[in-house]
Amino acid sequence: MLGSDLVMYDEEFKQIDAELQRLLAQANAKVVFLVDKNGQLIAATGETENLDTTSLASLTAGNIAATGGMAKLLGEKEFSILFHEGQRDNIHISIIGQRVILVVIFDQRSSLGLVRLRVKKSAELLGNIFNQLLEKVEAEKGSGKGGDSPFAEITDEDIDKLFG
Amino acid sequence: MSFINYSSREINCKIVFYGPGLCGKTTNLQWIYKKTNPDSKGKMISLATETERTLFFDFLPLALGEIRGFKTRFHLYTVPGQVFYDASRKLILKGVDGVVFVADSQIERMEANIESVENLRINLAEQGYDLDKVPYVIQYNKRDLPNVVPLEEMRRALNPRGVPDYEACATDGTGVFDTLKAIAKLVIMELKKGQEGG
Ligand SMILES: Nc1nc2c(ncn2[C@@H]2O[C@H](COP(=O)(O)OP(=O)(O)OP(=O)(O)O)[C@@H](O)[C@H]2O)c(=O)[nH]1
Ligand SMILES: [Mg+2]
Repeated sequence: MLGSDLVMYDEEFKQIDAELQRLLAQANAKVVFLVDKNGQLIAATGETENLDTTSLASLTAGNIAATGGMAKLLGEKEFSILFHEGQRDNIHISIIGQRVILVVIFDQRSSLGLVRLRVKKSAELLGNIFNQLLEKVEAEKGSGKGGDSPFAEITDEDIDKLFG
Repeated sequence: MSFINYSSREINCKIVFYGPGLCGKTTNLQWIYKKTNPDSKGKMISLATETERTLFFDFLPLALGEIRGFKTRFHLYTVPGQVFYDASRKLILKGVDGVVFVADSQIERMEANIESVENLRINLAEQGYDLDKVPYVIQYNKRDLPNVVPLEEMRRALNPRGVPDYEACATDGTGVFDTLKAIAKLVIMELKKGQEGG
């Protein structure tokens, strides 16, 4: 098997979602989302209706990957915070617990200082939730529980159906 | 490294199209994009140079439907094939669930194909993956051209392991979906194995 898969359960998902919503409100942000380092969107909140979050997630991960590559060349471990300033919107990107990326989009209703402060607080909380999640995943694996896995029973037919 | 979300009932997998410069990786994704119905695909993103060579990656999210009540999404990526973009290729391989190797069938590109497979093997190994173990399919592209290497010869050179392989012409779509289907199948079967292994 390749690496360890990222797994998300209902309980942690709700906790993460709640924390993102709190961050959104406290930082006066437009959009807050979480991305796996491989580019998979984990959760998003705020004004996301007209936003292509899937594409944003992939590009965020690419961005972090590229800066991570630059860091290595400079002998840095990583650049844990990135900030992009636009005419209207700004993006604040930070790495949480080496594995997930927290993205905050904000405009003139907020400020970099405020976003930084709130992100710092949320990062800790989110980090804890992810640690809890990882422990849970490990425990499930250890117990050899795959019973309610959607994959255990997959047939060739199921896969053929995907392509219609 | 797939992402299984029990909360939103989704499975996301990452597939990377690898191969030498100009072999047709981006063309594969463009065909898939063109032929997939609008509600099952997202936007295709191409980070390319002004001459349309891939600079960092192409990205195409595909929603294929449901398996056992789980929405199944594939994120397709291409790497930049030009030799000097090796650092970028390594980054894109991170967290990959399956690899499609697109070979250029033209005689004069045979050496580039072989070098690219070697490069793939090395870059995967750096991430702790073994090319002989990952879900892997090969596509012999540009079969429409006059100066192509015979199929059996390509197989001998590029597919000693005997993984699923397909002849293709990505510009008219021949073999493109066969290739995609084959890798999707292998990736899902791998997920199944992973779960059974416990
Ligand atoms: N005749 C023919 N031309 C093809 C085929 N597939 C791709 N091409 C052409 O080959 C050229 C390069 O294709 P791309 O898809 O951009 O190649 P790539 O592998 O993405 O190249 P890089 O981004 O540099 O790695 C384009 O002009 C395509 O139209 C094919 O099956 N037959
Ligand atoms: Mg390309």
